[in-house]
Amino acid sequence: MAKELFFIIVGSVFVNNFVLSRFLGQCPFLGVSGKTETAVGMGMATTFVLTMTAVAAYFLQNYVLAPFGLEPFLQIVSFILVIASLVQLVEMVVLKISPALYNAFGIFLPLITTNCIVMGAALLIPMNNYNLIKSIALGLGAGIGFTLALALMSGIREDLEFADVPEALRGPAIVFITAGLLSMIFMGFTGLVPLG
Amino acid sequence: MMANSILTSILSMGGLGLVLGGGLALASKKLAVETDPRADAIVEALPGANCGACGYPGCSGLAKSITENKAPVNACPVGGASVAEKIAKIMGVTDIGSTDDKKIARVLCQGGKSEAKVKSEYHGIKTCKAASMVNSGPKSCSFACIGFGDCVKVCPVDAITLEDNGLPVIDEGKCTGCGLCVKECPKMVLALTSNKNEVHVRCRATMKGKDTRAVCNIGCIACKLCEKVCPFDAIHVKNNVAAIDYEKCRNCMLCVEKCPTKSITSAFAARKKAVIVEEKCIGCTICAKNCPVNAITGELKKVHVVNQDLCIGCGICQEKCRKDAIEMVRNGHEKLDECSACAASK
Repeated sequence: MAKELFFIIVGSVFVNNFVLSRFLGQCPFLGVSGKTETAVGMGMATTFVLTMTAVAAYFLQNYVLAPFGLEPFLQIVSFILVIASLVQLVEMVVLKISPALYNAFGIFLPLITTNCIVMGAALLIPMNNYNLIKSIALGLGAGIGFTLALALMSGIREDLEFADVPEALRGPAIVFITAGLLSMIFMGFTGLVPLG
Repeated sequence: MMANSILTSILSMGGLGLVLGGGLALASKKLAVETDPRADAIVEALPGANCGACGYPGCSGLAKSITENKAPVNACPVGGASVAEKIAKIMGVTDIGSTDDKKIARVLCQGGKSEAKVKSEYHGIKTCKAASMVNSGPKSCSFACIGFGDCVKVCPVDAITLEDNGLPVIDEGKCTGCGLCVKECPKMVLALTSNKNEVHVRCRATMKGKDTRAVCNIGCIACKLCEKVCPFDAIHVKNNVAAIDYEKCRNCMLCVEKCPTKSITSAFAARKKAVIVEEKCIGCTICAKNCPVNAITGELKKVHVVNQDLCIGCGICQEKCRKDAIEMVRNGHEKLDECSACAASK
């Protein structure tokens, strides 16, 4: 069990990194990776929401969708519903408990609603028949993987500011190339643990 | 079967929606953070530039402090009197305090591309901060404005533009005195001064006069002519550069006229002029005795006259006059100039 959990976490952080191997969540990956500070903030907020969503998705799948046979056509709709309300709830809770954290997250918190990593992780849970603990591990791993990708990218982009980039490649172009190279580097993790 | 699955999906989705919606509604009630409605109203009234000139973190930070009585209603230097009035209304206070002492950023360097000599060609990152780290900047004068426009980029209200000469120009109407550019400038050629001060020494070079002349033809050479001409003891050469004591300066602009290198500047066209209101003047001669440039003439018990060409607009006569018979008029002289100018052009 512990070994399996380890594989799920390491798998979702490195081998099947949600951003760099599964190519999910490209929008925040390129959008908020300009500064390390905000990138890490976004990563933390997403990790939090992902873990919560994993729990919600597990219960929704096993206690509502599967028993009534609604899986094939209502899965995505109901997950969107749950994620959206969850983010709303998280926003309220964070504002109540820690206004400082709320200010640090800023606009990123509501933006996570439309982050497809959250949706992807939620959909992977029924696909792999994970139990509750494994679901949480997947959510956590996906979040850490996303944070890692964002932190790496923002670090590179901060240095890129001072690099002598050819005129034609300046701006988004070089960022896309960097993202591609990063993704190729992450391919090196293939075989580290059995895919799963 | 078909009808059944439609029914179950409607019921389950409806139920899910109800539960989640109800839960959120409940949560928003339970978890509601009480905010002062006055704070929201103040945020509405504030300019919303989030420039931080007030010293609080953005407009909402200031609004919060005002509601907690930690900040005065006139704390926003950008909004001025009109915003202070609105906030005072929200807070229910009548006294809005003084708001007319607005600060404006000034450029204290005139060494543009054509005035200041360049010692090296710089090909690095095009920011003043980066350039200032390499051998203290590309210009020969180590006090000179570098001219890559870090201040232009940081200005939240677009009040700064770079002119062709490579120097920033500040739009005094737009400048809110937030001081962000002053903090940003690595050469410290920007400074905040009151909008009442019109005369500025636009050079910071503390080298000896000869050395300054060698690197820039518009820098202060510490000749002390301004010191001698100033009737108010308001300008002194310290560390080889002239400095104005803004408490004493009366914007008479005599030093501006005298400065051989033109490193002291002012809005010359806007120089004030004293005008005597004939109905009120009783001919006491007090003004004539106090005028530092002897611009006022007149016999005892007769209406006095100000020689507009000599008047420097220092305002001393206005202060001394016991009958309020002297007014300081801006552009009074300019109008005369205009007529003679248009006559000349015809």
